[in-house]
Amino acid sequence: MTVHTEQPDTFVFDETYGAEAAKIIARYPEGKQASAVMPLLDLAQRQFGGWLPTAAMNHVADVLEMPAIRVYEVASFYSMYNLEPVGEIFVQVCTTTPCALRGCAAILDACRDELGINVGETTSDNKFTLREAECLGACVNAPMMQIGDDYYEDLDVESTKGVLKALRNGETPEPGPQSGRKGSEPAGGLTTLNDGAAGAGG
Amino acid sequence: MAKLTIDDVEIEVPDGITVLQACELAGVEIPRFCYHERLSVAGNCRMCLVEVAPGPPKPAASCALPVGEGMTVKTNSPMVKKAREGVMEFLLINHPLDCPICDQGGECDLQDQAMAFGAGNSRYEENKRAVRDKDLGPLVKTQMTRCIHCTRCIRFATEVAGVEELGATGRGETMEVGTYVEKALTSELSANIIDLCPVGALTSKPYAFVARPWELTKTETIDVMDAVGSNIRVDSRGSEVLRVLPVLNEDINEEWISDKTRYACDGLKRQRLDTPYVRRNGTLQAASWDEAFKAIADNLKDKDGSKIAAIAGDLVDCESVMALTDLMEALASPHTDCRQDGAKLDATVRSSYVFNSTIAGIEEADACLLIGTNPRVEASLVNARIRKRWLRGGFSVGVVGPNMDLTYPHDYLGAGPQTLNELADGSHAFCETLKKAERPMVIIGQGALAREDGAKVLSAARKIADACGLIMDDWNGFNVLHTSAGRVGALDIGFVPGPDGQDVAGILAGAEAGDIETVYLLGADEIDTRKLEKAFVIYQGHHGDVGAHCADVILPGAAYTEKNATYVNTEGRVQRAWRAVFPPGDAREDWTIIRALSDALDRTLRYDDLAGVRRRMALQNAVFEIVGDLRPSDWDKFGELGEPDGDAFTSPVSNFYMTNTISRASETMAACTKALAEAVEEKTGTNG
Repeated sequence: MTVHTEQPDTFVFDETYGAEAAKIIARYPEGKQASAVMPLLDLAQRQFGGWLPTAAMNHVADVLEMPAIRVYEVASFYSMYNLEPVGEIFVQVCTTTPCALRGCAAILDACRDELGINVGETTSDNKFTLREAECLGACVNAPMMQIGDDYYEDLDVESTKGVLKALRNGETPEPGPQSGRKGSEPAGGLTTLNDGAAGAGG
Repeated sequence: MAKLTIDDVEIEVPDGITVLQACELAGVEIPRFCYHERLSVAGNCRMCLVEVAPGPPKPAASCALPVGEGMTVKTNSPMVKKAREGVMEFLLINHPLDCPICDQGGECDLQDQAMAFGAGNSRYEENKRAVRDKDLGPLVKTQMTRCIHCTRCIRFATEVAGVEELGATGRGETMEVGTYVEKALTSELSANIIDLCPVGALTSKPYAFVARPWELTKTETIDVMDAVGSNIRVDSRGSEVLRVLPVLNEDINEEWISDKTRYACDGLKRQRLDTPYVRRNGTLQAASWDEAFKAIADNLKDKDGSKIAAIAGDLVDCESVMALTDLMEALASPHTDCRQDGAKLDATVRSSYVFNSTIAGIEEADACLLIGTNPRVEASLVNARIRKRWLRGGFSVGVVGPNMDLTYPHDYLGAGPQTLNELADGSHAFCETLKKAERPMVIIGQGALAREDGAKVLSAARKIADACGLIMDDWNGFNVLHTSAGRVGALDIGFVPGPDGQDVAGILAGAEAGDIETVYLLGADEIDTRKLEKAFVIYQGHHGDVGAHCADVILPGAAYTEKNATYVNTEGRVQRAWRAVFPPGDAREDWTIIRALSDALDRTLRYDDLAGVRRRMALQNAVFEIVGDLRPSDWDKFGELGEPDGDAFTSPVSNFYMTNTISRASETMAACTKALAEAVEEKTGTNG
């Protein structure tokens, strides 16, 4: 595991994030504040712009009075923490089995095409970073990708490119299924409770 | 007690132990990598799989499975054999087969167990992973591709050493053991992870590519780098000491040793005195033993005993101190002292200068007061014991003296005599803690004793011991922590000023004033030798340090690995060291030098073999009759009345890595000193 070379010297929680951190720490009993390490790392990552420099992990360790190495262990274990800089818009395409069966390879290619970068790379304007991700738990709406905190599901090549284009133009496309279905309802329309008797209550 | 069957043999074992431990009691060997008696159970290597009934029909990790009544354990069934072969195959998937260039070769658990329990082949054909090596400082060499992730080193650093710096970062195939940010380990016990590593991932940096284990002559002996008296094994080849390893002794060092004990041995090869020297026309010139003795005899001829003095250093063995005591008596000199640092120790009451509770006894204590000591650098293994006790809980530590990171939390009570006085008159709150404790103890360091008011400090500590109930029929909580291996033995022999004799300060002042004309330094290098310029100085020792520089005659002696000798540790435990190699050149075992000199002075000592000196020692003090074991010392009056009033206490050890002539001559210890200085600089620099 190599540490990213360009590291800021210092990091401290600003007022907003600091207040949020204090709220989270207060959820745990006295002396057990180390339990707050994961949400605090998340806060630090959000404040710093999508990734965790060593200084941020050290700050979390200081705040929680735990050894820094224990924070490094947590941060390096979970894939949701980035230990290297990422672009403003962080695109993670799920490539695990269900998504693979539903054609995620084409989705990934569409991303490559649209963004002009390969998996693991960041666009030169620092706007987009493209990654493959392991199962994100939205198999019922496969194939899907996660952008920032949002899931874009039921993708095809066109809708994928559409979402990315909209993001590039500064719009925020509606998250969720891009195929028009609602949530994870059956793709071919409702199969039960469609005889108008709903609400009878049995 | 639980009854279980292991490989068709019924055995009764204590409740609460694990199946692995039960198998060991039954004499069945279970292979393992991650399990270690002195560390927490991790259960991640899976090598210790056994078949257990009742239970699910699959192998179980015996290191993490508690024994149950009526259990049937099989360690030699086809299932177990297959499981072990499978685990071994997995472990070897990412392990480079570079045994021929690996320093662990010949003493590698993975190598041995692959031979004993492996299938002998692998079905893995893909690329092996490679891991970047880590820089853990000047002592531990890493080859992380070899790591099998047993996490013993992580658990040792976290639990025993108390420095949470090692960890496992990343996960799955990218998991790596390391510090994440490059840094040297800041522990005095760091190199023990080399012994713990079951593969060649962590090996000894100074010993890299030096020797194979089967080439070495192994001698079990005693360490002198501090006053703990760690049991060590000296591995040598020819005339060279190549490495030092710990030997198990539950009462003293368990199975650890400090980094200084392990690595100062390269100092044995440098700056050695290997021939006698005599100062002629202002320069030291090599001479024969006869010439050296003649120069001394000429100087001492018809000299009054009151003009002769002797100082014993920190690494002296009891035999040579005994011989020197007898020689000084024969010369009618009362000026003898072994307390180079001026510690106000009272040689007449043994309980006033030893670690009465014993090192293993620390584990029984429930409250501890440290006075003027930093055990972490003065006696790392004593500190490790205190930490071990603290980990169990229900243990409070109070500190009077330097405030430092001891690897366990402590109440900082104050810096100096004022706080000590409050404790002595019972007005301090920590007195209550001591009084309430069932097994309270106090540890006094040399930093509190080697000062003007040292005797008063000793008496204040004694007052605390009496007032707070530290002294019981079966427990003595009064402890003096020494820093030099030769001190307690020399005090036991009584190498202190005789009637009208001067102590070290008096000898130095006398030499400066011209009252004392001849000074015999027995390995004494930690004194202000500038005051000896006028005197005729005889230096007997093994290293060309400050003592030798000011000498008029140098008698080359033997270092601790080069003589059969007796040392008494800070507990008062008499231990025998054994010769691993011969002293270099013309150097001789120390007591024989004094014996030969006595001949040349016509004051022949009445013993001429080792057994003779040891009989003489036992006559001088009965403690020398018992080797290895301890007899409690009687509690008696000592110290000097009055309140200590000096400055704040400081630790006598400012640099852990360099405390005596051997460690000062060691390149490895110099590298450690440098690394530590850099780490401190970084801490106070960029990282705030």
